[in-house]
Amino acid sequence: MALEKVDLTKVKPYGDTLNDGKVQLSFTLPIPYGDEADEAAKQLLKKMGFSEPSVVFSKDLGVGYTFFTMYGNSSYTVDYTKIEVPKVDLEFMDKYGVEAFIEENIKREIVVIGACTGSDAHTVGIDAIMNMKGFDGHYGLERYKGIEAINLGSQVPNEELVAKAIELNADAILVSQVVTQKDVHIPNLTQLVEMLEAEGIRKKIILIAGGPRISHELAQELGYDAGFGSGSYASHVATFIVKQLVDRKLV
Amino acid sequence: MNSKLNLNPAIIESARNAAKTIAKDTQEFIDRHTTVTIERTVTRLLGIDGVDEIEKPLPNVVVDNIKEGGGISQGAAFWIGNAMVATGLSPQEIAERVNAGDIDLTRVPVQNDQKIKEAVNQIAKQTTKKIENNRKKREAYIQNLGEGRKPYLYVIVATGNIYEDIIQAKAAAKQGADVVAVIRTTAQSLLDYVPYGATTEGFGGTYATQENFRLMREALDEVGHEVGRYIRLCNYCSGLCMPEIAAMGALERLDVMLNDALYGILFRDINMQRTLVDQFFSRIINGFAGIIINTGEDNYLTTSDAVEEAHTVLASQLINEQYALLAGIPEEQMGLGHAFEMNPKLENGFLLELAQAQMAREIFPKAPLKYMPPTKFKTGNIFRGHIQDALFNMISVWTGQGIQLLGMLTEAIHTPFLQDRMLSIENAQYIFNNARDLGSEIEFKKDGIIQQRAQFVLSEAEKMLKEIEAEGIFQTIEKGKFGGVKRSLTGGKGLDGVIEKSDQYFNPFIPLMLGGEK
Repeated sequence: MALEKVDLTKVKPYGDTLNDGKVQLSFTLPIPYGDEADEAAKQLLKKMGFSEPSVVFSKDLGVGYTFFTMYGNSSYTVDYTKIEVPKVDLEFMDKYGVEAFIEENIKREIVVIGACTGSDAHTVGIDAIMNMKGFDGHYGLERYKGIEAINLGSQVPNEELVAKAIELNADAILVSQVVTQKDVHIPNLTQLVEMLEAEGIRKKIILIAGGPRISHELAQELGYDAGFGSGSYASHVATFIVKQLVDRKLV
Repeated sequence: MNSKLNLNPAIIESARNAAKTIAKDTQEFIDRHTTVTIERTVTRLLGIDGVDEIEKPLPNVVVDNIKEGGGISQGAAFWIGNAMVATGLSPQEIAERVNAGDIDLTRVPVQNDQKIKEAVNQIAKQTTKKIENNRKKREAYIQNLGEGRKPYLYVIVATGNIYEDIIQAKAAAKQGADVVAVIRTTAQSLLDYVPYGATTEGFGGTYATQENFRLMREALDEVGHEVGRYIRLCNYCSGLCMPEIAAMGALERLDVMLNDALYGILFRDINMQRTLVDQFFSRIINGFAGIIINTGEDNYLTTSDAVEEAHTVLASQLINEQYALLAGIPEEQMGLGHAFEMNPKLENGFLLELAQAQMAREIFPKAPLKYMPPTKFKTGNIFRGHIQDALFNMISVWTGQGIQLLGMLTEAIHTPFLQDRMLSIENAQYIFNNARDLGSEIEFKKDGIIQQRAQFVLSEAEKMLKEIEAEGIFQTIEKGKFGGVKRSLTGGKGLDGVIEKSDQYFNPFIPLMLGGEK
């Protein structure tokens, strides 16, 4: 269909013609609404590397601030052939695949505990992964044969989570962090790793972080085995856990 | 009202009667108990405020002193009154001396009972007068300035810094918001004290303090004059300090308060005995102050499925209605909660949402229902998110909801930007205006999808309420029937703050605000 072949070493945004570089933006500037504001927004886009910036809509936000919707043509390109992204690199199995895998390769019930830790009270994510019902048609871990899933709920102190992991001899810990404003989740996630290491059980446990702003890369940087962001389902997490248990000979 | 849904009034009545029995059963337990935060509330209403050198609020200092002396079952009012008669000092001066270690309240020689009550009642009446004046002031504002049309546009600010919040709140009011809620900082609900003074640091929200309430009230009055509309202020009267927050809100003329024990039990793991007792006194204060309460049924649908568990929302609304009536809250102040949370991929989901909203409207005809936006199925696709919010707005104006908590296209991404709030207000204003009288024009097909759905949900709710009536509310919660969350009678936070009242228990505000002994 393409009239022109895409040069993957110099990729640009696509509007309706290859390499037109079209980008749609919306943002607010803390300046009063008017012609000067539009001009300021255009100058800003030029500095950001956009040619032909145009303000298609602007609106007074009422406190001397102005909202803009704009288009511009990006002058930058990226080399797609050199991109490398660390991610959970696995063939994901579905629920039945995971159950069969456990029966064949692990031959015992595995214990997974999950919690929203620290001050976080938003259990939507951990509930979606763990609870029977699951989310969006994907059953949660509680419904998996061969997995004993325990959801500790919200605002669980790291101390309590570690104590529970020891008590139940957990194979995996899932930590959900939804509130990430001002990076409040970072020290909390780090503290858990330190506590597991201090207890000498870090290596025996599959440690996973999840949440809408959690990437696999960030999770690994913080000392976790994996990170799962938006669009992850219980089967993804379960696949990772059971394969790790076998790979790390924790069966 | 003629039911568009062809709901059977006998089933509604039967469900309501079951809820009445459930509430009365709980009330017997409530009436026998007080809590540390209720007693701190009494000290606040008697004029005690401020903090000690380590930022501990003086109401906590005073109540801890009484608790350590073993006197809490008689009520803080008794011991403060006793010290007033013995020393001739004011409650605030007494609190300061308790803090300095100069007075130990339970060791002050016991004075004449009548004199104690007279001393306390005199101050209590000044406080209730002040709250009454706030109520009149609100009514005068609404009379003179006017107010937005229902559904009120309700937006949230949550910067963590009260001064930044003020900028955002004023902008929102100028854009058309009718209610501004200042979200509390993460985990404030679990603090067994209320922080003091203006605050500029919070995570995911701003501390609820009396000074922050005052600052925001002042700002909203100011912008209300500019835009020619009274702007309502909302905060969160839940968690471990329910009645204290209610008292602060009453004193600073807040207009709307989230206020729901069930929410605290299920979603904040607060002990059920503690929070049901706390809730009663907090609702007395809210009722007296003319504050609209908001209940948290919408939250059940974030943990449970909105189609399968719709009846739990109605059952809980009916229970909350009865708890509110027992605390003297009129129907016009009951912002019972529900939500638009069905999976957008569901065929005819819009019809089911419509049935639910219309049903709530018909069963609670006078209540300013609080309708919550889609959140669970917001994905980061802001464009679809904006459409989900549009459908939600459509149902709200169609069914005459009271308070519309506006959805944000950026839900699931970040706390709203200034521009997000403008876009969502614009969305609601467009739809409310464009479809204003849709509800009075359209009737539903007899025995069609919408009618049948509402009738089904109502009959399930009735069934559930009858089960709860037989088992009791505590057991029902222990079994996880609301929101799929199980909580135990003695689990959760705050149980050690529940105390059985003695025969001499004294709290002047219950009779003063409720207009009768309780």
